[in-house]
Amino acid sequence: MLGLLFGIMFGFLLQKGGVTDYNVITGQLLLTDFTVLKLMLSAVIVGMIGFHLLKHFGHVQSHAAEGSIGSNVIGGLIFGVGFALLGYCPGTVAGAVGTGALDALFGGMVGLLMGAGFFAEIYPVIKSRILTWGKFPAVTLPEFLHLNLWIVIGLMEVFMIGFLVLLEYFGF
Amino acid sequence: MFEFFTQALWSPYVAGAGIGVLSCLAFLLSDRPIGCSTAFVKARGLIGKAMNPVSFKNKEYYWEIIPQVDWAFMIIPGIVIGAFISAFISGQFHVFWVPSLWSATFGYNPLLRIVVAIAGGILLGFGARWAGGCTSGHGINGSIQLSLASIITACCFFAGGIATALVLFRVIGV
Repeated sequence: MLGLLFGIMFGFLLQKGGVTDYNVITGQLLLTDFTVLKLMLSAVIVGMIGFHLLKHFGHVQSHAAEGSIGSNVIGGLIFGVGFALLGYCPGTVAGAVGTGALDALFGGMVGLLMGAGFFAEIYPVIKSRILTWGKFPAVTLPEFLHLNLWIVIGLMEVFMIGFLVLLEYFGF
Repeated sequence: MFEFFTQALWSPYVAGAGIGVLSCLAFLLSDRPIGCSTAFVKARGLIGKAMNPVSFKNKEYYWEIIPQVDWAFMIIPGIVIGAFISAFISGQFHVFWVPSLWSATFGYNPLLRIVVAIAGGILLGFGARWAGGCTSGHGINGSIQLSLASIITACCFFAGGIATALVLFRVIGV
């Protein structure tokens, strides 16, 4: 039941961070409210250093998998359209239900179950034809750039922190 | 101390940093990324299994993502409970059908909102499984691992989302 415990803490933090709110997520997609990106980048800034330190000392292993244009780009864009229509993502829709959003419960959750079912139907058809099309040349960003892991982490951290500083500077 | 937990909102930087720590704990204690979209496949599979066990057996996707109540499934009830606790203790819990930003543009029509939300949910679930993950699985936990596929996927989530939201609110809903 560790999954339930992680879910409770994750849901608590999502709600406290403001991202279980339709208005906040839609505001991000309309580029008027940057709460979602601030929260996500803060999580990645902290998590990236933590994960790679733990990995360096042998406590965790990487789960990064090979990707492709056919899977990640096409799937990502379909997801994006649904993201904007619903105004929640698969995690925050559950959080929104916890705050009393009935559109998340009777719209979002029902739709997500249907969408997962439709995907299971077409999976055998697209599996070898589309999902493996246009494979990316590397699994991780350091492999792709042929750079040392810690140099890439340093660059990413500077880039993400710099982006957040610029957001605040311009008053977002 | 307790006042900190009853605040309506925390800074997104604080909540985000907390999620970063939580993600590391999930890798450390459970050897897995925190992802949310798999749970919907498992739940849908369990419903399908109960309704039509014969056709369920032939669905190849459920051979790979086995429908059962496990870690990846329990994350979703967990999020509902966690968000409820957070909203309830800070007096933010309230039941509603139509979010205010939606009704300001498209009017207060619960039926229209639910129909669009179901359509959005279908594309969201379909797209998440097509891409192999969602905003937490790819966007946060894949990026943490510097996965090239996850970083590209996260950019596509926002590219598709921003384009669709702008059309919806700035072109259709004027």
